[in-house]
Amino acid sequence: MSEQKLQSQTVQTTGHAWDGDLQEYNNPLPVWWVYSFYACVVFSLVYWIIYPSWPVGKSFLSGISNVTYVNDKGETVSHHWNTRAVLMADMNRAAAEQKPYFDKVSSMSYQAIAKDPEMNGFILSAGKALFADNCAACHQAGGQGVLGFFPNLTDDDWLYGGSFETIHTTITGGRRAYMPAFGEVLSAAEIDQLANYVASLSAIEHDAVKAQAGNALFHSDTAACFYCHGADAKGRREIGAPNLTDKIWLWADVPKVDDAPAKVAAIRKVINGGLNKGVMPAWGERLTPEQIKVLTVYVHELGGGQ
Amino acid sequence: MQTGLEEQLGLYQKRIPIVTRSVKGRFRRLKTAVLVLAYAIFFLLPWLPWSRLDAPGQAVLFDLPARHFLIFGLTVYPQDVVWLALLLFIAAILLFFVTGLVGRAFCGYFCFQTVWTDFFIWIEARLQGERPARIRLVRQPWDREKILKVGGTHVLWVLVSFWTALSFVLYFGYAPDLVVRFFQGEAAGAAYLTVGILTVLTYAAAGLMREQVCTYVCPYGRFQSAMYEPTTLAVHYDARRGEGAHGRASARAGLRTLEARHAQGHGDCVDCNLCVQVCPAGIDIRDGLQYKCISCGLCIDACNTIMDSFNFPRGLIRYDSEANLALATPDKPRLHWKRLNIIGYGIALVLMTVYLGYSIVTRSSFDRAVTQIRQPLYVVLSNGDIRNRYQIRLTNKSGRDMRYQIDATGLPDGALDLGNFRQVSIKTGHSALVQASVRLSPALAARISTFNLSITPLELPGERRMEAIRFDKPGTQK
Repeated sequence: MSEQKLQSQTVQTTGHAWDGDLQEYNNPLPVWWVYSFYACVVFSLVYWIIYPSWPVGKSFLSGISNVTYVNDKGETVSHHWNTRAVLMADMNRAAAEQKPYFDKVSSMSYQAIAKDPEMNGFILSAGKALFADNCAACHQAGGQGVLGFFPNLTDDDWLYGGSFETIHTTITGGRRAYMPAFGEVLSAAEIDQLANYVASLSAIEHDAVKAQAGNALFHSDTAACFYCHGADAKGRREIGAPNLTDKIWLWADVPKVDDAPAKVAAIRKVINGGLNKGVMPAWGERLTPEQIKVLTVYVHELGGGQ
Repeated sequence: MQTGLEEQLGLYQKRIPIVTRSVKGRFRRLKTAVLVLAYAIFFLLPWLPWSRLDAPGQAVLFDLPARHFLIFGLTVYPQDVVWLALLLFIAAILLFFVTGLVGRAFCGYFCFQTVWTDFFIWIEARLQGERPARIRLVRQPWDREKILKVGGTHVLWVLVSFWTALSFVLYFGYAPDLVVRFFQGEAAGAAYLTVGILTVLTYAAAGLMREQVCTYVCPYGRFQSAMYEPTTLAVHYDARRGEGAHGRASARAGLRTLEARHAQGHGDCVDCNLCVQVCPAGIDIRDGLQYKCISCGLCIDACNTIMDSFNFPRGLIRYDSEANLALATPDKPRLHWKRLNIIGYGIALVLMTVYLGYSIVTRSSFDRAVTQIRQPLYVVLSNGDIRNRYQIRLTNKSGRDMRYQIDATGLPDGALDLGNFRQVSIKTGHSALVQASVRLSPALAARISTFNLSITPLELPGERRMEAIRFDKPGTQK
């Protein structure tokens, strides 16, 4: 670095000698480095004062910086600086930015929302996030559901109705699936006949003789299937009884098995054992009305809305 | 070597002030021309107007909040970042190309550090005088004259740095508006922060650090030696001609003509040290090519001036190649471009520039991305029909509001369902998401596995684009 000859070319030593002749070079730190270091020390002191720092007994120095946010109950809370409070303040800000869109959602009708391209974009993005957070755990990421557990929201078959209003009711109040276990009421032969009849309604290979007997049973007062599923077996949406004549199955493992006897056996199993496990939670207490409205339109737009 | 100005007893080697003498000549004129051109472009371009319908009327505006760059008639959107990557590649290859040919010409003439340092030294020379006056001023105690002259120089430097920083920021906002708001205290915080930082950095780099940036900070100076070849043009002192057999000698009595000098075995160099005095990097080029030399050519001008005054031939220091100088009788210096790497860089440059131009000229007025919704891949409907759904994202890059119509070919009528959005209006610079569904009976679904979607901007029907789309059904993904 130095191009001219300094008066002393050698580096200075610290001046002390160990063991007679062992000396140590003294290479001072560069001035700019030393002052940067001092600046860091001063910075630390200031930082300790502003932000939470040292433990003291069972508590700690919480710093003079404060974060203010509005909590879930609507109260304004002021707290010493901590990352959770910062997150809450950030979420307040994000909610305030979203508010105009949600206000628009609550003021427009369902049909108007579905027609407006800008609102459509908002429904797709906000709805996707809400669906992923709340609904996808059961209905899966795209709403396709799980056979035997959760309905497919993307097809055009609805248990309780696929209009905006009925979807809204389903989300807000929840649903409970119930079918009596006919194994306790009917004999195995009678259940077999009923299963074959139901198979005949969906163009599945069946035993014609048994199906005929099943037809009679379906419409009799002993089995009384038509009370819930309707005389034409097309289901009754007021009570959530499915349409037995279409190609869509939720509870019976019909699509999963390949040969006809297995399909009939799957139907038999449902009639025999009944259904008591289908529960859709009620979201009225957990989501705001605007969020439920967004989800309603989103689910409607998943492809099957009516 | 600059002598007599060093301070010895610090803990580390402090900077030895380099006080350059001014010089006139061909390369000095070239440097000044490049400086004037560069300054004109940099400082004046933000003020150039350009009429636009829907965006600020500034010719070059990097509008970050609006997420587009406006460069004369071209609007560059974030999707076009490939152009920026290509531009950076072209810049890099251009640098390597130029360095292979003429060495550190970028350092000496065009680098912003050199340009601003050159200007700052010019300010210093105007206020404080020529080299002898400035050296006297350095050694002087801080009396009134020194405070006024040196203080005035630094004040001017800060003002130039400030205007440099402000001009930089003006590229990012509408200049007439932003300048007024800046001085009223109403500009964005980022503007003040940027101007503050850049002012300090410009003042420090061009006024205080100067050649130390080239020597210690800039990585280019360190790897430039790897890019030099024996045929690269660099600033060379012709030692054979200058030294002769018995070394250089000053032009004292008896050594004032070429014949006398050669007869006594001395070279043409009269040891005037002018080349050392004009060097902004503080080196002696007669020691040979050094890493600190930024190839600015001022020593060439200085030596030529002296050679002219003695009526000796010019070119004792000149741009020449090492290979040429090593020859027994050197040829005239010329550009050695018939080298594999130079030709390679040149071809790469031409190809990339042509591709960039082609890409810009043939850009389409809208961006489209059609993705199949894969959760679920297909749905079986109540009557057995198979349905696939797609998301179509359209981005309007045309510069005006546009309506787009979406149709399908290869499908029966009624199979494509776009809901309410068969025609969708999109504002310029915005994008929209359209959900489409295609529904086929099982028989048709068995036959059809791809079809085409066509998207037509209704106001620009010539820009119609087709996209090939996949149709999935049970059994396709086993």
